[in-house]
Amino acid sequence: MTTSIVGERTTIGFGNVLLSEWTKLRSVRSAYWTALVAVLATIVVGALISHQQANQIIIGKDSLDGFDATLTSLNGIYLAQIAVGALGVLVISSEYGTGMIRATMSAVPQRRIVLAAKGIVFAGCTLVIGEASSFAAFAVGQRLLLPAHAGVSLTDPGALRATVGGGLYLTAIGLLGFGLGALIRHTAGALSAFFGVLFATTALVDLLPTNWRNHVINYMPANAGSQIISVIHTRNALPPWTGLGVLCLYATVALIAAATLVTRRDV
Amino acid sequence: MIQAHDLSKSYGSARAVDGLTFDVEPGRVTGFLGPNGAGKSTTMRMILGLDTPSRGSVTVNGRAYGEIRRPLHEVGAVLETRAVHGGRSSFNHLLCLAQSNGIDRSRVSAVLDLVGLDKVARRHVGAFSLGMSQRLGLAAALLGDPPVLLCDEPVNGLDPEGIVWIRTFLRERAAEGRTVFVSSHLMSEMALTADHLIVVGRGRLIADASVSDIIERHSANSVLVRSPVVRQLAALLDQRGADVSLNLADDSLIVTGLSASAVGDLAVAHGLAVHELVSRQASLEEAFMELTRNSVDFRPEAAA
Repeated sequence: MTTSIVGERTTIGFGNVLLSEWTKLRSVRSAYWTALVAVLATIVVGALISHQQANQIIIGKDSLDGFDATLTSLNGIYLAQIAVGALGVLVISSEYGTGMIRATMSAVPQRRIVLAAKGIVFAGCTLVIGEASSFAAFAVGQRLLLPAHAGVSLTDPGALRATVGGGLYLTAIGLLGFGLGALIRHTAGALSAFFGVLFATTALVDLLPTNWRNHVINYMPANAGSQIISVIHTRNALPPWTGLGVLCLYATVALIAAATLVTRRDV
Repeated sequence: MIQAHDLSKSYGSARAVDGLTFDVEPGRVTGFLGPNGAGKSTTMRMILGLDTPSRGSVTVNGRAYGEIRRPLHEVGAVLETRAVHGGRSSFNHLLCLAQSNGIDRSRVSAVLDLVGLDKVARRHVGAFSLGMSQRLGLAAALLGDPPVLLCDEPVNGLDPEGIVWIRTFLRERAAEGRTVFVSSHLMSEMALTADHLIVVGRGRLIADASVSDIIERHSANSVLVRSPVVRQLAALLDQRGADVSLNLADDSLIVTGLSASAVGDLAVAHGLAVHELVSRQASLEEAFMELTRNSVDFRPEAAA
């Protein structure tokens, strides 16, 4: 028998699982494509809207009164969130879909460790890419708003917070997708749930009586979370960090539910 | 060494696995045989800690799977063949599994060599043939050089060359002293691969014995006789207590309970002509059909 005795030496470390999940994420092309879509969406859409706004201001159709230059340049994040959320769903649901999850979970029987490592690797990558594209979008957008004398700089009040917030918002949205993917395990179902939570809930809130609706709508995940990328806020809106906190709460609920069920369900 | 005790799994009111108790010993290939839906895959998943038993327990080398510290060094498993992300290269597929158990990257190359996939290490797994996917599964199972190997239906859908390769491969691992546990619904395949058989039907244990024992015990040997005077011969054999089934279409008899020589001697003693006298050894396939006759869920009418 040539069985290695080194196998008994140590248990699996969290670092081992992190490295494994990093290899998984970086070794499929679809992850790169999704990341590229998110980056381009953030920068290009932000640039287009900034350019258009600048023209509107120059020809006098829009005034600088109440104009949120930072939010204008970060508008692409609303498109990028779709790619990021879908990737969050897919990094876990595709493993269930292919059956690879059984190899993963038999290699590392501590299922919550697997879930945590996967979530951290995904969130880490999303944060880096999200921050980079958010700052790039801000820089490009403000440059394009310059001819209209509408540009701001990072030192202006709220601008830095909103730009940093762009990456944080995308990361929180990604984790919401990841949590739903881990909870629902089927790609189609989890994607539907993600879009449902993000968009359909807002539509459903419209069915509520007006005085309720105006209050409840602020707590919907996208509305609440995106306060972090605004500098000028509407009167009823949640404060930026509170809003982001509410979005994180949605993601946390999904993640806790997934972590609770992962050890109870058969793989 | 795998030990199952009263292992059971229910899905609602359906019992997929029902009170299985068995040991899988090292140093030989143990076949896990049963018709489709007999609970083989569920049992395999319970061994790997993927499914939680409703009752009973199963251990690998004395420990529940969840307590094994670095599982790839203890147990290598091949479950579904295509359970890989098609967009990943075989090298990266193996690398991410290896890294999770702290196994060195050089070992990934070594197992790819071992199963003959070294030339396609960088190719996407999605483009692999079934045989290549099966080899990749075995490569993953061998990453930690484990003393226990589990394979669920490893020859399904393989061409003859692939089947021979897997068979030889598993027999070699057992010869090295490993515990090799292979499920199949193909008795003929198990007759060639396994030394020992655990037979299940409808989730229950039907037999746990060596391959030769099972053939001997569960297949009555018979004698085929062809004669121009089959009716007289049948009557005579019947008097001697043999079981006789008469086929008038081709003047033949199938006799069980008497040896070919006894049948021949009897015919000569009574002056009855015999044109053909053949001793027939029942195959493992027949033994399997006999064993699982009452444990097949859905059987086509004609085959019954």
